[in-house]
Amino acid sequence: MKNMISGWTLIKLYTVFIYVWMFTPIVAVVILAFNPQQFGTFPMEGFSFKWFVKLSHNSTILDAFKNSLVLGSLTAVFSTAIGVPAAMAFIRYDFKGKEFLNTLLIAPIMIPEVVLGVALLLFIRWLQQPKSFVLLLVGHVVLTLPYVLLIVQARLVGIRKEYEEAAMSLGASPFQTFREITFPLLAPAVFAGMLFAFTISFDDVTATLFWATAQNQTVPVKIFGMLRNSISPEINALGAVMIVLTISIPLMAGYLSRRFAGKAGK
Amino acid sequence: MQEKNWKPWLLLSPSLMAVFLLLVVPVCFVVVYSFWLRAPTGQDIPAFQFGNYAKFFADFFYPSILLKTLRVALETVILCLVMGYIPAYFFYRTESKLKPFLMILVMLPFWISFIIRTLSWINILGDAGLINHLLMKAGIITTPFAMLYNEGAVIMGLLQYLLPFMILNIYVSLDGIDRSLTEAAKSLGCTEWQAFREVTLPLSLPGVSAGCLLVFVLTCGTYLPPMILGGPGNEMIANLIFKRVIGTLDWPFGSAISAILLFLLIIIVYTYNRYMGINQIFKSLSNG
Repeated sequence: MKNMISGWTLIKLYTVFIYVWMFTPIVAVVILAFNPQQFGTFPMEGFSFKWFVKLSHNSTILDAFKNSLVLGSLTAVFSTAIGVPAAMAFIRYDFKGKEFLNTLLIAPIMIPEVVLGVALLLFIRWLQQPKSFVLLLVGHVVLTLPYVLLIVQARLVGIRKEYEEAAMSLGASPFQTFREITFPLLAPAVFAGMLFAFTISFDDVTATLFWATAQNQTVPVKIFGMLRNSISPEINALGAVMIVLTISIPLMAGYLSRRFAGKAGK
Repeated sequence: MQEKNWKPWLLLSPSLMAVFLLLVVPVCFVVVYSFWLRAPTGQDIPAFQFGNYAKFFADFFYPSILLKTLRVALETVILCLVMGYIPAYFFYRTESKLKPFLMILVMLPFWISFIIRTLSWINILGDAGLINHLLMKAGIITTPFAMLYNEGAVIMGLLQYLLPFMILNIYVSLDGIDRSLTEAAKSLGCTEWQAFREVTLPLSLPGVSAGCLLVFVLTCGTYLPPMILGGPGNEMIANLIFKRVIGTLDWPFGSAISAILLFLLIIIVYTYNRYMGINQIFKSLSNG
């Protein structure tokens, strides 16, 4: 009995250790962002916002932020616009080759991004088209589609067809049924899919390095460029901004979708 | 009945078209291009010849990068398993009220920018990083200990990126085990350890193998960690492809390397799918 308890303590300690290991580097980025020294390293001497101020005057970074936001939002819209109907087809209907098609649409998760990058670039080269924002956008849609499908399918399983059938049998028109029943039930799934697509697009480096032109570089690509001259406190500050941003988006979304779901239920 | 037949296809057609046009066709192009010739002038000439593949296997340089990639992937899988199984088991067994919070924390890194997570190790492992700073302050070493720009640092970055995938895969599998089975084993006289070894561990293997496959495949295609945390000798196959295509514009050769990588991964995933079924991986991912 005593042996078992100490075994459990060891498991707990091990888990705590893994957490510390996982989060120390992330916390270090945030702390070092406030280091006033020229080299963003330990020991910390003082505390200042000067790197954040410097960052807010850096026009190339601000441009990259704008690019990332536009690209991420458009990717989220297009990816869910084609992904949600596909997810509905898989959840609601039985048809020949369903399993195979589902695997085909999700398998791109396993294809290395470098290969996707080369492939799409090669394709537009053959079409004799220059690199453009459209290439970046369609690339990101392909990149995010499998994740949207996975997330939306997982949410849709819980929505029963009977609700719509009940509405119809009570005299609602197909449009009314969609507006009053299907859409409110679907909204959280669509929202989750969009959020996921946005984050993946916002985050992507490898494929974007292949597809982006000098004009439409995203924040991670910019950071990658800055890194070549070694890590600076400005990068830590940018990292801190990104960390706070990317953590608060899903937390806020979780809160919103719960409120959304609560309203829909009333 | 007629209606039911075309409706799902209508819903599916935009996705299928996108994947066909933007993924299937371009990947076929990579395969076709890998047989083309590169003229000394830099033009690509349509051809059907195996020169690019022959070049890859001509001496040990390129295959050694492929082998190194596979070795790093294997090391990462083993370390991920060692680091991930116990936390997953902790989530399965714990009755703490903090469990939902702790689970969210494990998933949090998914949301944090990959490049930030990768470069954050520079602050820890660098010459002026946290570890060297603490060791020097404690008087254990007088000059910084070089920990960055080697294979170990690359694997560190990979582990931080991939560990949540492993933990989630194992946890989903553990969570599906009927808890009365271990109770039964113990009431029949098994010790805690025996019950784990004979019941829990074998039943968690689908999640373990799904996690291992996912980590292996993702490591094989990795580009960023070797670029940021590795040194000149830590190039992996994805870095080689990038260099050939974007750096020297040798499209046919870059295509051939891409095709070799893709072929290798397809064989691995196909073999896995025959014995284990690929859906386990998707099941865990959709929980993320």
